[in-house]
Amino acid sequence: MGSTSSTLLKIPNVEVLMQETGFSPAHIIRLHDRFKALDKEGRGHLCPQDFGAIKELAMNPIGDRIIGAFFSPGKETVDFHTFVKILAHFRPVDKDRPKEPNSPEPINSRSNKLKFAFQLYDQDKDGKISRDELLKVLRSMLGMQVTEEQLESIADRTIQEADLDRDEAISFEEFRKSLEKVNIDHKMSIRFLR
Amino acid sequence: MASSVYLCLLRAVFLVCFVNPLIQGLSEDESVFQNPHHQQEENLTGLPIVTFKWHHVETPYLVIIWVFVAGLAKLSVVELNHHVISVVPESGLLIILGFILGGIVWGADRAQTFKLLPPTFFYYLLPQIILDASYFMPNKLFFSNLGAILIYAIFGTCWNAATVGLSLWGCYEAGVMGNLDIGLLQFLLFGSLIAAVDPVAVIAVFEEVHVNEVLFILVFGESLLNDGVTVVLYNVFDAFVALGGPRIDAAEIFKGIFSFVVVAFGGSFLGIGFAILLSLLTRCTKHIQIIEAGFVFVVGYLAYLTAEMLSLSAILSITFCGICCQKYVNANMDEKSVTTVRHAMKLLANGSETMIFLFLGVTAIDTEIWVWNTGFILLTLLFVFIYRIIGTFLFTWMLNKFRLVPIEVIDQVVMSYGGLRGAVAYGLAALLDEDKIPEKNLMISTTLIVVYFTVILQGITMKPLVQWLKVKRAAHSDLKLIEKLNNRAFDHILAAVEDICGRIGDNWWTRGWNRFEENYISWLLMKPKARKNRDYLFSIFHKLNLEDAINYVSEGERQGSLAFSRSDEAANVDFKKQFGSEFADVMPNIMVDMSNYELGIEHFSVTSIVKDTIPSVSLDIHGQDRKNAMDDINAHHLLQQHLYRSRKHQHRHKYSRSHFSINQNEDEVQEIFQRTMRSRLESFKSTKMGVNPAKKITKHHKKELTHKMPNGHPDGTGHLYGDEEVEGLCVFLPHLIEAGIENPVFLPDMDSPTHSPPWLMETEAVAPSQRAQRRLPWTPNRLRRLAPMRISTCSTDSFLMADVSLTLEEHEEHSQTDHVEM
Repeated sequence: MGSTSSTLLKIPNVEVLMQETGFSPAHIIRLHDRFKALDKEGRGHLCPQDFGAIKELAMNPIGDRIIGAFFSPGKETVDFHTFVKILAHFRPVDKDRPKEPNSPEPINSRSNKLKFAFQLYDQDKDGKISRDELLKVLRSMLGMQVTEEQLESIADRTIQEADLDRDEAISFEEFRKSLEKVNIDHKMSIRFLR
Repeated sequence: MASSVYLCLLRAVFLVCFVNPLIQGLSEDESVFQNPHHQQEENLTGLPIVTFKWHHVETPYLVIIWVFVAGLAKLSVVELNHHVISVVPESGLLIILGFILGGIVWGADRAQTFKLLPPTFFYYLLPQIILDASYFMPNKLFFSNLGAILIYAIFGTCWNAATVGLSLWGCYEAGVMGNLDIGLLQFLLFGSLIAAVDPVAVIAVFEEVHVNEVLFILVFGESLLNDGVTVVLYNVFDAFVALGGPRIDAAEIFKGIFSFVVVAFGGSFLGIGFAILLSLLTRCTKHIQIIEAGFVFVVGYLAYLTAEMLSLSAILSITFCGICCQKYVNANMDEKSVTTVRHAMKLLANGSETMIFLFLGVTAIDTEIWVWNTGFILLTLLFVFIYRIIGTFLFTWMLNKFRLVPIEVIDQVVMSYGGLRGAVAYGLAALLDEDKIPEKNLMISTTLIVVYFTVILQGITMKPLVQWLKVKRAAHSDLKLIEKLNNRAFDHILAAVEDICGRIGDNWWTRGWNRFEENYISWLLMKPKARKNRDYLFSIFHKLNLEDAINYVSEGERQGSLAFSRSDEAANVDFKKQFGSEFADVMPNIMVDMSNYELGIEHFSVTSIVKDTIPSVSLDIHGQDRKNAMDDINAHHLLQQHLYRSRKHQHRHKYSRSHFSINQNEDEVQEIFQRTMRSRLESFKSTKMGVNPAKKITKHHKKELTHKMPNGHPDGTGHLYGDEEVEGLCVFLPHLIEAGIENPVFLPDMDSPTHSPPWLMETEAVAPSQRAQRRLPWTPNRLRRLAPMRISTCSTDSFLMADVSLTLEEHEEHSQTDHVEM
């Protein structure tokens, strides 16, 4: 594994990265390769058009939002660390993790996955999904035959189902509660390695 | 109605009873049969005005009568399933109906005159079912699970054959079966013919159950591919039985194994060869579009027969022919021919399946073939069942070590339970040589019993079992709206993240193959025009225009004539949602056309679509409650129908025998793509031009969709979404097509303050549904948008030309239109 360790050395702060995200060296190397493949001009960081070059993302109704999730507000570049940290949300949950009381929750815990999804909806980052935001999401995910009234009725219905404190918006807690039955671990994980 | 069922049954019974004695009576008259002409001349005393010429038409008439009876049987069975609880799968009911009919025929004749003869089955009834299955095979799913399928097909079948044969032999030696004239080799031969899972039975039962696609493809793929093994084993053991025990040595066994390689691979390559032939043929059939659909069937059948002639695996041959040719044939042939092929394929396959099951039932009522040996039969049933379970779990355990997504235990249970035997086993049993195998009738009886047991009993219990085990299935309808929405959102998220990660490791081979295929194979096998049309945006444009045309016609018919005026209000009114009834008039026409092809498995009938469009708007408010309840149901329905499919759901349920959906998915993909591109274009324009995107969206709000431009708006950019879309597409289309990589919509130097992702734009809620608000191409002038497409072969030209024509029109119509400078 000589070549891999040398690649690892090239990446700054690899140890910290592996510690925070829980990825193994092999994962990190693969992600690094992918990062380099995406970063065609070799600048060491990614911009939105690098993501835009991925054709399949254009076919994804919320592709643009997900691209946006990589860029923290105000920044237009993503370096390798941020790239890996965001992708760490999708690591399968470790079933046998020893629970240390003082360690921070791992990035790929169920609630962090949910937070990531929540942030995709809540674009203005006020901690609540308002009716408008929900409408926008619905619009992007539904076919074009759906008309305004139908959209609004779905949005109203959805908020009604989830909104427990009657403030016409879905907070993170309500979001989490409404998805109790869904197997988030399964639905928001991918196997990074064969 | 139940009465129609009885009517059909009565008709069938009547036909059989009537025809049969007639046949008997007439065919006994040998002299008439042999020398009709002579006979007539001899006995002629006067000019016969009408003569009864049974002997002329006997054979085809009988064939057609049985086909007709099979059709009536299917009708009765389907009606029965609709009005009575569908507990028994259709195949089971058909077998039972076959019993009844067989009983009637036997009662009339005292002998079974209608048997399912192996040649009839293998040459006339089986090929179209396999061709249908392979033509509609979801290729990506099939090939991505090919490893598992091959393991089950090859090793699983060998395991089944060996264990069943050996166990039966062991029990025979232990004396459980009494006295039989049978030996080890014959047991192994029997094992090999009973081991194979039958594709016909699997389709018939699983179609009604709707399990998840991976599970289905595993069972189904196995049933198709195991023919290679079955043929080899059967022939090898048949030859061994003929040779006799002592002459079998290592050389012969080695030859047996080698013959497997030859038969299986030979059959597959032969099938691929015929697929290439077919694709090349369809490439040249531009001028005989009326018959090009026929080539598919003819060449497919040729593949089957040629393989049979060369003693290779015929099923494998026709399977690979269908699998490989689908893409090219569909691309090359005219749309109408493609539709014809689809419908004809389904028709033939359905018909054959009905006949097979019916005849399986009829054949049973025959005193000659039944030999009952309790030990043999019961032990066979037991072993077939048990060894299937053991074999499945064993191989799955081995496979799960290598698979990306392991196969769950519950799926394994369903897989083992779904190992149905069917007509293929019976056909092989009937082909046995009585001289070499004295116990042939016993084997036939056992095979029939195994087939009935699996098809009827396992078929009946399959659905409850699947429900009880909570096997992952098609869409659930009791999720709350937010759960449904989020489920789909998660799928999209995962698909996007996988794309971002490049599906590390997994994709290299697939991408390599795709590149090879695009560059070389498609160049060879697809028409140049078809290859060009694979361009996404081009086909989006095409579909949009088609839809416009359909809308235009429906609108015209609604208004009484196609030459209606250009007035804005009149045209726009229809697609505004305030008038439920008017809407209902227009939309269902369109919906009906589209939804005939979009039924899929969700089984949303047209009526539900129509119902959905009305209540949410023109509510008959009998009370707030009713409104809420209706809203609730409608909201669920809407979500269910209209949520964009994620890539994960792409291949769902394409295997249905009786429904097939024309690729609804592609439309969605294009819509999504369009939308994304449009929103990216918005942000591109907003940053480039400094125009506040909000205003643009506002203008499209339905209240303001008037032709005249409100004076207050500073930027009088084209307000037709359609126009912008075309322009927008026009802008980056050349880029997209040429570079395929760079997306100029994302600018390298975006200022943070003005850069706002599309969803953050301060707009009124949301951009209204473009379809609903888009302006129709009201006049023949507008239809010019359709015209330019066909003129040039270069896809970009049509966009430019369309744009030019529209631009010209715009300039004609308004003085203050200003288009964004491109």
